[in-house]
This record gives sequence, structure tokens and C-alpha cells, in this order.
Amino acid sequence: MNALQIRNLSVSYGDTRVVDTVSINVVRGESFALVGESGSGKSTVLKAVAGLAPQWTGEISVFGQPRSKGIDRAFASRGQMVFQDPYGSLHPRQTVDATLSEPLAIHGLGGQDARVQEIMAAVGLDRRFRFRLPHQLSGGQRQRVAIARALMLEPKLLLLDEPTSALDVSVQAEILNLLKRLRREKGLSYLLVTHDLPVVSFLCDRLAVMREGKIVETNTVDALKRGRMTNDYSRELIEKSALTTSA
Amino acid sequence: MTTVDWLLADSPSSRMQARLGRWYRIFRALLRNPLAVIGGIIVLALIVIAAFAPMIATHSPIAGSLSERLMPPDAQHWMGTDELGRDIWSRIVYGARITLAIVALVAVLAAPVGLLIGAISGYFGGWTDRILMGITDIFLSMPKLILALAFVAALGPGIENAIIAIAITSWPAYARIARAETLTFRNSEFIQAVQLQGASATRVIVRHILPLCSSSMIIRVTLDMAGIILTAAGLGFLGLGAQPPLPEWGAMISRGRTFILDQWWVATMPGFAIVIVSLGFCFLGDGLRDVLDPKQGGKR
Amino acid sequence: MSAPLLDVQNLRVTFPTLQGPVEVVRGISFQVGRERVGIVGESGSGKSMTGRSILRLIRSPGTVTADRLRLGDTDILTASDRDMRAIRGRRISMVMQDPKFSLNPVMTIGAQIGEALTVHQKLPRQAVRRRVHEMLEAVRIRDPERVFGLYPHEVSGGMGQRVMIAMMLIPEPDLLIADEPTSALDVSVRAQVLQIIDDLVTRKGMGLIFISHDLNLVSRFCDRILVMYAGEIVEQCRASELGKATHPYTRGLLASVPRLNETRAELPVLDRSAWSVA
Repeated sequence: MNALQIRNLSVSYGDTRVVDTVSINVVRGESFALVGESGSGKSTVLKAVAGLAPQWTGEISVFGQPRSKGIDRAFASRGQMVFQDPYGSLHPRQTVDATLSEPLAIHGLGGQDARVQEIMAAVGLDRRFRFRLPHQLSGGQRQRVAIARALMLEPKLLLLDEPTSALDVSVQAEILNLLKRLRREKGLSYLLVTHDLPVVSFLCDRLAVMREGKIVETNTVDALKRGRMTNDYSRELIEKSALTTSA
Repeated sequence: MTTVDWLLADSPSSRMQARLGRWYRIFRALLRNPLAVIGGIIVLALIVIAAFAPMIATHSPIAGSLSERLMPPDAQHWMGTDELGRDIWSRIVYGARITLAIVALVAVLAAPVGLLIGAISGYFGGWTDRILMGITDIFLSMPKLILALAFVAALGPGIENAIIAIAITSWPAYARIARAETLTFRNSEFIQAVQLQGASATRVIVRHILPLCSSSMIIRVTLDMAGIILTAAGLGFLGLGAQPPLPEWGAMISRGRTFILDQWWVATMPGFAIVIVSLGFCFLGDGLRDVLDPKQGGKR
Repeated sequence: MSAPLLDVQNLRVTFPTLQGPVEVVRGISFQVGRERVGIVGESGSGKSMTGRSILRLIRSPGTVTADRLRLGDTDILTASDRDMRAIRGRRISMVMQDPKFSLNPVMTIGAQIGEALTVHQKLPRQAVRRRVHEMLEAVRIRDPERVFGLYPHEVSGGMGQRVMIAMMLIPEPDLLIADEPTSALDVSVRAQVLQIIDDLVTRKGMGLIFISHDLNLVSRFCDRILVMYAGEIVEQCRASELGKATHPYTRGLLASVPRLNETRAELPVLDRSAWSVA
């Protein structure tokens, strides 16, 4: 069974079609990357899956269950999202403790205290951060809180929207290691949206390259590493990426 | 470890400590603002005077002796006496109770209603927004005092009705502010994150949006207190607020008007009281704005 | 090396907090000639504060002190506000991270670039227009005539950043400070914007301070690198010799970046306790 199956997904805002007949399969336990420049529609695909962009056509199913268009309570425990900006994705007036307890409270689950401690340990947050407010945390710590929050309901699919692009490189390494470890330990599947190819190379198994709302190539990360991407645009993207980012 | 260290601890060990720490930081920031301190002292003084009015007042606020009518300020009557021989100082002291009651009740009635309507309107948008804001605009488009007058005229004069009338006329401004604030948060990622966890609209509004609007609401209400006091005084002045013999400041000015040229103190003393208390609330509101403003709050 | 354009000795930037003053820049010294100098560091390292303090853009209650902070023969520390206004733009310009916040939304691009020029010198309108055109061409805007009349929201991020650069370079300053000029841009546009900055800086013989968190980017683009950590310069080297960097922080930073053909199962993480001076 696939963790996520997207067939012929199209999203239009007014007259402009930002996502055009996109089809993706994310196998259970797999980490799949959607790569492209800003405006390529990659984030919109993610939002459609999460339920934040309800005007779509096509089919989306998560672990075999078809996905309704809006935000869906049952979906919450199957898939969760981690946002790009750790500064904007945490409530500025809520402590780490309140942020992490909230998903449990929404679904009426007990044992909050133990669960919060357990998840904080899992994402590598020291206990003394528990009652801090977001502005008392660094960017990397905030992103750990955001990841912990996404894991509170024990979903098996994580939607990652550029989870490290707002972070410093040394912190990025910590978060990437964490994501890799969590995936292994908890058997998670990832759909990662990014423009950073080295991150894909580290964290993912397969990738799809998007341009102007369409997927131009789907290939393995192995092909990316060996320079065996077939599409011209994919090659161009790799070349430019090599010019300006890592060695 | 001192109490201050405990309050300013970077890693509070309980919810309580985190909350107290935040309040303490706000308090410290307020103390650094001289105008806010003056405002705070005035407001505090108002509360103390209202609470201990019987001990502070030198005479009865209601009974007077006609033999001592219209006496100028002296050692026995610090602010003189009015046309019925009542001690003005004592009346002002008891009047503080009425003023405080009006201010508190209006804040309790109007602010939450405005907050809720604004948040609902901003969060749902669409038709909900249009209808709620249409109603709000109708109220906003009429002068406050005139609208309050109309309500009091319909409900009958009296202090309770004056409070209701002022509350009815002040919520729309709060609804507008709450709506504007809600619009800025509605599409933010932290709200989307709770939505994705399956939170209902009620939960998102009550637990996540309202707390964010509340600090600007506190600021606005404090700044509005002056206006509320003035409206109440205006109603009193026109004879539609507190009824005699209640020592309401506006009504006192109204009665003193007749003697303003010869016995200036009768109208002037309550006038001073109104000006000082209004200024106090304004200063405090300004100080709170500097401290609570979300744009700066995050850095402290 | 020729006489330095900018000479900084023992620069300190301090902000007061409830728990006492905090130094975000702790006594750094460096010189910049007509060359490209990269300042690299992570958030909170004080790199942006360094850039801002050179232009005296640190807002109260922050305070700047230094034994020496000179631009050529002008002392920036003691210059009057009026002198500073003349220095900003005319002699030192700054390109910020996001053009969206740096461009005036209600002025056309042509007018904004023109103003940057006329603030410092009186020129006839035709001459201003001609210079603006030349500048837009220099930042490789293909259709300067059309872009001249556009408003900032009508252009893309990359174009906006090129407009910013045009605006900053038109008064022909001696020194350009670029604070993360490409991090808000797409990869494909990034290379081009860097190329433009590089071209102009070399052609006009300007000095450049390039502030960034990206060590590899800076090493490819600059002549010399200063690595900052916790308000101090922990390493200075020629860009070509970055591979031989000795400080554990620099080495850690280099190692922690994932590569395009990544084979490591886990990325090395900085152990800050190894060198932090507490």
C-alpha cells in the first residue's frame, strides 16, 4: 500500500493553473522529494494534500483512504505538516508545553504529561525548554518543537515544507539528522518540498522535478547523485545549484 | 536564588512560573516608563479611594447642613461645600466608586462582546464578516454620546441604564480592532498548524486567536476609559446618568454650573477629578501600548 | 596592499537587556581595501550588526564603540548625522536581503534609482534618465525603458534585487556592503545576481563586504574571508585557502553542509562546547 497516492492533481487559483495534472506515489516508508523553483507549484501540491488548498481536482489518497478536500479531523492522525518558517509556525504566546499538548487535547487523548516528555526526548529537546515561549528558543529549537508537534498524533506521513531552509547550516545538519533518525525509528514516510538538492541527496530516496506546475521528471536520488537525470531542465537546475550552494 | 532570578529564569519549570515571569517582565518594562508610572499611581489611587471611601471622606456625601452652604475651601471643608452644604471632597471621594463602577462594568460588558464579534467576523470572513461588520458600522456611524442619550431616553435615566447605554455604544470599536488583528493571524502558519490537527473553529478562535487580540484590547480599553468617564459625566451633566443625591462627578459639575462665577469650586473640583482620572488612564494606556505591543513584545 | 578603504579596530556593539548589557560584537578588527571581503557566520554571530555599525545604522538603545572606525580619512564614529547622510550611498552603499522591504512601493523604479543619484549630486533630468538607463543595463535588465516605469510589486524577486543593486551602485560608492543579497532568491537567479555584483565591483574598483551564512558561496565569490562566531572573528583566511582552515568552528561548518552526492549516513554536528569561550 502506498503512503500517499496522488493522481492527476490540478490546482487553479482563478484562471491560473498552478499545479497541472501531477501524479505521485510515495511508497510506505519512503522519503520522496518535490524539487523546483519558487512558483513551480511544489508547495501547492503539499498544501493540497494537507487540506490547506481545497480547490483541487484529481485524487489524493493517504494509506489507501481517499482524502476529502478541506481540513479533515481524521486525516490529522494520518498525516501532519512541518512548515518552513519556525518563527511563524509556533504560536507566539504559547509555551512549548501548551503547543505540544494541544493536539492531544483536541482529540481528547489523555496522558498528556508523559507524552509531551516522551516526544521532547525523541526530538532532542531538553526538559528545561518545556515551559519556554517561542521567542526564548533558537531557530533550530523551534523547528524541533514544530516537528514534535507534528508527531504528537503519531501520524505515519509527514509533509515537510522546506523544513531547514530558514535555519543556519550547522543547525540544518542537526534537523536533517533528526528527520532521518525519526523516519527510521518510527517508520515514517516523507513528502519533502525543497529547492535544495543536497538536502534531497541526504534525506530522500526518490525525487520529482517540477516546473510551471508540471512534473518534468521523476527519478531516484541515486540518479541525482550520479548525474544521470534525464530531463534538460533537471540538469540545468543541478548545474545552477552546484554553482551557488555547497561544494 | 532570589525571587527576581526565579521570575526571570530562562527555563521556567512550571506553567505558573512561565506566566508569572512574563507578567514580571511587563511590570518591569512599565516601571521604566515615567508616564505609565504616573498613570498607574493615579488609577491605583482611584481604586484605593473608592475602596476606603468611608475612611477617607471627612463628611457624609449626602447629608449636608444648609447653614454651611457654598462655603469656599478651608481647613474643615477642603474643597468647600455645595449649594446644599455638602462637603465636596467627601462627595468626590464617594464619586470615585461610581466612576470606577461605570468604567469596570463597561469594560466587562463591552470589551468581550466586541472581541468575540470581531474575532468571529475576521476568522470566518465572507457573509459572516459582511453582516457582522455591517451591524458594527451602523453603530460606529453614530456619535457615541447621542446614541447613549437615545438609549438612556428609551430605558429611563439612572446609573445602570447609563452603563448599559455606554457599553452598547463602545463595543463596535473593539470589534473593529479585533477583526483587523484576527485578519493578520488568520492565515499564519501557527493557526494552520492547529487547523491541521483537527481543531474546531471555536477552539481556534477561543484558544488561539483571542489571546493574541487581548493585549491590544487591554491597551484600547485603557485608553478608552477616559472617553467612558467623559461620556458618563456627560450623561450625568445632562441629568440622564446618576440621579441625585448620588455624588456622580458629571452631575456635580452640572449643579455647580449655576454658581460658576461666584462659587467656582463647586463645579471646578469635580472637573479636576474627571481630568486627572482621565489623564491617568490615558498615560497608563500609552505605557501599556509601549510594553504590550506585539511588535516589541517578542523581544523581551 | 594599498591604503585600506575601511579600517576597523576593536569594534563593539552592545545592547542593554533586563539581565545586563549584552555584547553582540565583541571587539573585532579588520581592514577592507579595494577587494572582496566575505563575512561569514550564523545567525546571532554579529555579522549583520558589523555591517550596520559601519553605516552607523544601529538603533538606540544599542551602542557602538571602537578604537578606530575610519572610512578613508573620515572618522565614522565622530561624523555628524549630516556627514553620515552624505557618506551613506555616496561612499558606502548597502544591499539588503529582501528587495520587497527595501524598495518604496509607491515610487516607480526609475524614479527611485534616479533619486539615489540626485540626493548626492545636482544633475539635469535628461542626464539622470540616461544614467539610470545605463545602470539598469549594467544590472542586465533587458528592457530598461519598460522597467523604468514599473512599480516594485510588478517585478520579480530577482529583478527587484537587481534594481536594488542598481540603486545602490548608481552613486558610485567606494564600498558596497551586501547583507545576504541572494538568500531570498531562487537558485537560478542567484548565480546571475552574484555575477552582476562581481562585475560591477571589479569594473569600478570598489571594495565589497559580502555578508552571508553560506561559507561555500562566500569562498567562491570573495578574495578574503572572515569567519565570525558569537561576536568575534574566529578565523581569517584567503578564500582559496578555506580548505586549510584551522578553527574547529570553520571546519565544523564546512563539514555540516550536505553535498549533492551525499554518502554520509549522518551529518557531523558542531560541538559548540569545544571552543566556546563561555
